[in-house]
Formats: sequence, C-alpha cells, structure tokens
Amino acid sequence: MPEKPAGTLYRGREGMWSWVAHRVTGFLIFFFLLVHVLDTSLVRVSPEAYNVVIGSYKNPVMGLGEAGLVAAIVFHAFNGIRVMLVDFWSKGTRYQRLMLWVVVGLVVVTMAGFLPRHLANVFGG
Amino acid sequence: MATTIPAGPLAAPRSARTTRSRGSSRTNMEMVAWLFMRLSGVLLLVLIFGHLFVNLVQGEGINRIDFAFVGGKWASPFWQFWDLAMLWLAMIHGTNGMRTIINDYAERDRTRLVLKVLLAAAFLLTVTLGTLVIFTFEPCPIGAPADLLPSFCPAS
Ligand code: HEM
Repeated sequence: MPEKPAGTLYRGREGMWSWVAHRVTGFLIFFFLLVHVLDTSLVRVSPEAYNVVIGSYKNPVMGLGEAGLVAAIVFHAFNGIRVMLVDFWSKGTRYQRLMLWVVVGLVVVTMAGFLPRHLANVFGG
Repeated sequence: MATTIPAGPLAAPRSARTTRSRGSSRTNMEMVAWLFMRLSGVLLLVLIFGHLFVNLVQGEGINRIDFAFVGGKWASPFWQFWDLAMLWLAMIHGTNGMRTIINDYAERDRTRLVLKVLLAAAFLLTVTLGTLVIFTFEPCPIGAPADLLPSFCPAS
C-alpha cells in the first residue's frame, strides 16, 4: 500500500491549479471519448439509428455541453504544450507562470472564434 | 536501460543494485510512458483540432453531421487513417493518464486492481469496436432509404 503523500513544495498558486485543471479536463475528455466511440459505432447498425442518436447532439442543452467540452479540450491541449515546454525547454520552469497566462489567452481567443459559430449552428436552426 | 559500469575511479560509488525490487524490469516502462504522453499529445493536438474544425466549424457545423456525412468522410482513406490514428493515440494517452490518476488516489491494493481491470476492459472494448467500425463500415447499406445515404451510393 502506498504511503500518504508528504508535504510538497507545489501546493497552491497557478502551478497547482493548472495541474488540477489539466487532470480534471483529461478525466472528462476520456469518458466523453468512450461515449463518442459508442455513438459513432451506430453507423454500423443503420443510417436511421445513427441519425436519431446524433440528432440528440443538436439540441440546445447538448450544444452547450459540447461548447464546454471543446473548451476543456482546448485548455488541455494548450496546457499540455506548456507542460512539455516546462519539461524540455531550459527556461521552461522560469516562465511557467507566464506561459499559463498565455495558455489562458489562447483558450479565450480560440473559444471566441469557435463559440459564435457553434452557438449559431445550435440555436439558429 | 542496460549500461556497463566503467571500471576505475568511478566504480565504487556507482556499484550496481544488488536486488531487484518487485516489478522492476530492464526497460524503463514509466519513462517510455512519460515520453509517449508528450509525443502523442503533440500529434493529438493536430488530429483533434482538425477533427473539430471539419466537423463543427466548416459548413453548417454540427447540423450537417449525419450518416451521409460520415459515409462521405470514410469513403476516403485519408479520413479513415486520420480517425484511426486519433482513436488509438487518444485511447492510449487517455488510458495511461487514467492509470496515473488511479495510482494517485486509489490507496488500497484491491481498489487499484479492480479499477485497472475496468480501465483495461474499457480500453480493449473501445479500441476494438472503433477500429472495426472504421474498417467494416458500409456506406451504402442495401435497402436503406436513399435520402439518408451519401450521394455516391447507387441507390441515391
Ligand atoms: C489535444 C491534445 C492533447 C495534448 C497536447 C495532451 C497533453 C498531455 C500532457 C503533456 C499530459 C501530461 C502527462 C504528465 O504529466 O506526465 C497529459 C495528461 C493527460 N491527458 Fe492529455 N493531451 C491531449 C489530449 C488528451 C485526450 C484526447 C485525452 C482523453 C482521452 C487526454 C487525457 C489525459 C489524461 C487523463 C491525463 C493525465 C492527467 C494527470 O495525470 O493528471 N488527453 N496530456
């Protein structure tokens, strides 16, 4: 049985919270992926079965869920690149905090491009 | 990784391990897993962003997705390969990430074992099903209503 974790230098502040967010988003995306492979598999059942189930992704409640999911993936992806820079770039640890704000900025810009489009598709018809 | 220990002045402090701890092996699996998380992450960024752009942003986005749309994409080996690579990389990356999370929070040996068996089952089921679907997909099933099929089907 593993021992209880001891005190750590990494408690609190941006470094810890970005790690928590990375873990939570990775966890969520994993379970969505399981469901998404299952719903896509319905193309093997019949065109009707697939269209009915994929149709449920087009209602407004699901549309908002998809927006959240895309935001989670975009954050996880950009922050993943930040984790790699911290690991492999000699100045990575020095700039880790700044890079988190760059990640947040990139997420905001990406979502600003995606959301109007997606929400118009979902709510507009 | 096997390395030979140089003879001479350095030999004493670098003497080899005398016993192997349980579960350790010659190759460093954890390091390979760590590296894989990073390599697959870069590839997944490209694969997933491309996937989201083509399926949710282009054209009428999500409203366009139906059987005919999927049939049209998988008629091309390019998208078959894209989706296959995305499926395998995301499942291995995600499953390995979940293994880390289980190791961190499930403290009893039994709980860890049960959760990892479930995880392995979910992995095998999803990867097998997804792979079969991509390769055995029939875009023009006989007897299906023509208006639901891709435009290249003889029935439509
Ligand atoms: C979009 C591109 C992606 C990038 C750039 C990326 C990058 C990363 C990186 C660098 C790590 C850190 C590994 C470590 O700290 O050792 C990680 C962890 C993880 N990723 Fe991803 N990933 C991506 C997509 C995904 C997807 C699609 C899933 C789900 C299927 C996923 C699930 C996870 C999980 C569960 C973890 C473990 C989190 C933890 O240990 O706290 N990731 N990812």
